[in-house]
Amino acid sequence: MAPILETRDVSKRFGAVQALRSVSFALNAGEVHGLVGENGAGKSTLIKILTGFYQPDGGAILLGGEPVHFDSPRASQRLGVSAVYQEINLIPERSVAENVFLGHEPKRFGVLIDRKRMDAEADELLRRYDLKIDPRARLGALGLGLQQMVSIARGVRLGARVVILDEPSSALTGAEVETLFRAVDRLKADGIAILFVSHRLSECYRLCDRLTVLRDGSVVASAATAELPRAALIGAMLGRSAESIHRVRPARVPREATPALETRGLRWRTRVRDVSFAVRPGEVVGLAGLLGAGRTETMKASFGAETKEAGEVRIAGGPVASPTPGRSIAAGLAFLSEDRRAEGIFPKLSVAENLAATALPALARFGFISRKKQDAMVARFTRALGIKAAGPGAPITSLSGGNQQKVLLARCLATAPRAIMLDDPTRGIDVGAKAEVHEAIHLLVEDGLGVLVTSSEMEELMALADRLVVLNEGAVSGALRTEGAAVQDVLDMLAAPHEDAPA
Amino acid sequence: MSAAVLAAPSAERRARMIALIQSRGAIGVLALAAIIASLRFPYFATANNFENIGTAASFLGLVAIGQTFVIILGGFDLSVGSLIGLGSVLAAYSVPYGWLPALLVPALAGCGIGLIDGLLIARAGMAPFIVTLAALLGVRGLALVLARNSMVIAQPGIFGLIANGQILGINNLIWILLIGFALAALVLNRTRFGVAVFAIGGNEEAARMLGVPVIRVKVITYMLSGTLAGLAGALLGAHLSSGLATAGQGEELKSIAAAVIGGVLLTGGVGTMAGALSGVLLLGLIQNVIDQIGNLSSYYQNLASGVFLLLAVLVQTVLTRRRA
Repeated sequence: MAPILETRDVSKRFGAVQALRSVSFALNAGEVHGLVGENGAGKSTLIKILTGFYQPDGGAILLGGEPVHFDSPRASQRLGVSAVYQEINLIPERSVAENVFLGHEPKRFGVLIDRKRMDAEADELLRRYDLKIDPRARLGALGLGLQQMVSIARGVRLGARVVILDEPSSALTGAEVETLFRAVDRLKADGIAILFVSHRLSECYRLCDRLTVLRDGSVVASAATAELPRAALIGAMLGRSAESIHRVRPARVPREATPALETRGLRWRTRVRDVSFAVRPGEVVGLAGLLGAGRTETMKASFGAETKEAGEVRIAGGPVASPTPGRSIAAGLAFLSEDRRAEGIFPKLSVAENLAATALPALARFGFISRKKQDAMVARFTRALGIKAAGPGAPITSLSGGNQQKVLLARCLATAPRAIMLDDPTRGIDVGAKAEVHEAIHLLVEDGLGVLVTSSEMEELMALADRLVVLNEGAVSGALRTEGAAVQDVLDMLAAPHEDAPA
Repeated sequence: MSAAVLAAPSAERRARMIALIQSRGAIGVLALAAIIASLRFPYFATANNFENIGTAASFLGLVAIGQTFVIILGGFDLSVGSLIGLGSVLAAYSVPYGWLPALLVPALAGCGIGLIDGLLIARAGMAPFIVTLAALLGVRGLALVLARNSMVIAQPGIFGLIANGQILGINNLIWILLIGFALAALVLNRTRFGVAVFAIGGNEEAARMLGVPVIRVKVITYMLSGTLAGLAGALLGAHLSSGLATAGQGEELKSIAAAVIGGVLLTGGVGTMAGALSGVLLLGLIQNVIDQIGNLSSYYQNLASGVFLLLAVLVQTVLTRRRA
C-alpha cells in the first residue's frame, strides 16, 4: 500500500540558509511517525511545507501516491492534512461544538445553524475519542490538553487523513498527556497517519512506531522505534557521537567555599524536578541538557522569573525566601535571557539607555537620572567589554547580534552581581562575536563571579565550563568535571531515561 | 480517568455563573433600576412614560445593534453618530420621491460609508479608530454641506407615519427597536456570519487558520453598522419631520457605552444583543429619571451615564479576571 503522505527529495532555502536538503520520508496509514531534531534542524520548515505555509524549492509531495501542490494552508486542509499546534488555534470564548464545526455548521432552512444537531454530532465525535467534554462548554474553560483534543476532533470531522501533532505535550499535565495518547491510539485504529513532533524523547519512544531524525535540514536517521536506541538517536540529533573532543584547558580554582548561587530541591511544574546545584565564586558551571530538558526553566525558577513551587535558592550564602527578579537582583544574582528579542533589548532605545536600564537607582539623584553618571558607566562597560557601537546614543538595533549581547551582559553587570546566569549567550551570533562573549565570561570569572551558563552546542559548553550539571527531563541526571572529559561522556548522561519522567 | 482532566464541577459552575452575570447582568440592573424608579416617581411606571423611553431609545438602539456587531468583531465604529445626521438630511431630500426612497437613500449612504470603512480596515489593515474617526468628521461635514437652511418635511405622509404611527397601540419605533434586536440576535447566534463575527473577535489569526473569510465578514459588519445608522437617521428625520445635519452628535460614543454596559467586551469576541438592548434602555431610563427630577440640569444625565459605564467596566474586568 502506498504511504498516505510522502515527501521525495524536498528542499527549501531561505536566503543563505539551506533549511531542508533533499528530505524524503513517508507517513503510513495507522502509523505514528516521530520527527525529532534540535532547534534549527528543519522540523518546523518541514511541517510548514506539509501544511501549505511554504512551498518547497525542489522535490515532490505525494498524497496517496499522487503528486500534489499545497499552495495554501486551506488547500492542505482540504486534502486532509490537519495540524494541531501547541499554541491552540481555536476560539476560546466559543463553545466546543462551534469550534469543531466553525465554517461547516449544519444548517436548517438554508441559513439558520442547527445547534441541536451540531451539539449532538460534536458529542458523538468526542465520545468516539473517549473524551468526556460537554460540547456546549466554553472552549477556554477546558485545559490545554482537552483543547488540543477538540482541535484534533475538528480535523477528523473535516476529513483528515493525516494529523500532525506539533509539540502537543510540552504544556500538558500528566493526565492530559494520557488523554492525548489514548486519542492518538484511536486515530491510529481509524487508519489515520500521525506525525508526532516532540522534544520529549520518552514520549516519542512510548508513542511512535517509527522515528525520523533531522539535523541541519537532512534526514540523518530513520528507523522503526525498536531499532533506534536512545543513545544512537541522540548521537544522530547532535551529530557528534563519533568524535571525541577532550577538554584541554585546566579547570579554574574557585576562591571561596560559600557558593555564589545555590539551589536545593528546586521544583517548578513538571519542568524542574528537585534540581540542586551550587556555583562557587570564580567558576563556570555549565547546565547541560537537550532542548526541553529544563535548562531555561531552571534558570528562570532560580531567578524568580517563574514562581518556584518548592525548594530553596541561596545567593552569596543568603537565602531568598520567595524570589522575584527584583529581589534576586538586589541579592546579587543577574540573569541574561535566551530570548534576546522578547525578553532582553528595548528595541526603540539607544545603547546607553539599554545598558543603564537595570542600574537606574544607582544613577539617580532625587529620582532624576544623572546623565553624567550614566555616561561614565556606559563608557566604562563599553571599554571593558569592547562593545562596538557608533556611540552611546546609537540605536541598539544598529548593533550586530554579538554586540547587542554584550550590551545586555553589561546591563547585568551594572547591578554588581555575585553570580550571573547566562542562558545560551552565544545563540544566533557569529563566530567572532562568540569568541568575544567567551572572553567576557572569562573576565567575569577572574573578577570572582560565579557563572552558570547553557549552550545549545555541547563542545562550546565543555570549553567554557569547569563543571557540568546535566539535566534530563527536568531532573539532574549527572555531573562531571570537564577537564579531561569527552563529549561522549555527557551524551551518555543525556540519553539515560529518567525513571519518573513524564510519560 | 477522563473525569480527572475535566475542570472540577464547582469551578465550572462558578465559571458559568460568572458568564451568566457578564451576559445578563445588565438586564438585572435594568429591572432593579426600573423598580426603584417606579417606587420613587409615580409617573414613571405609566404606559405613556414607557412609550417615551422606548421611542427615544429606538434611534440609539438601531445604532447600538450595528455597534454591537462591530465591537464583537473586535473593532468599533465612530462614524454612526454623523451618519444619523447625514441620514436625516438625505431623508428630507428624498421624501418628495416617496417614503421608500426616503428610507433607502440614507440606508444606502450608510452602507457605502461602511463599505469604505470596512475595506480600509480589513483590507488595508488600518486602525478602526482612525478610519471611523475620519468618517465621523467627513460625514458630519458632508451632512452640513448638503443641508439647506430649512429642511422641514412639509408633507411627511406615509414616511411620517412610519416613525409616529402605532400598531396595536404601540409606537412603530418601539416595534422597529424590538424586531430589530430580535433579528440581530438571530443573525448573531444562528447564522454562519454571526458565528464568524464571534470567531474573528475571539481570535482573528485562529479564525483565518480555520478558514473563516475574515476580510469579507469584517467588511459586511461595517456595512451593516453604517446601514443601520443611516436608517436611524432617516427614522429620526421622519419622527421630527425635519432633516437635521447636527443630529446624532455623540451617539457613536453612547452606542459604545450602551453595548459595554450590556456586557459586550471591548476586547471583542463576547457579547449578546439582549445585553446591548438592556444597555440602551438603561441609558434611556437614566435620562428619563433625571428629566423627572425636574430641577436637575441634563448635565447630570451624562454624569450618571459615565458612572454607570465605569461601574459596568469595573465589574466586567473583575469577572473576567475571576474566570481566567
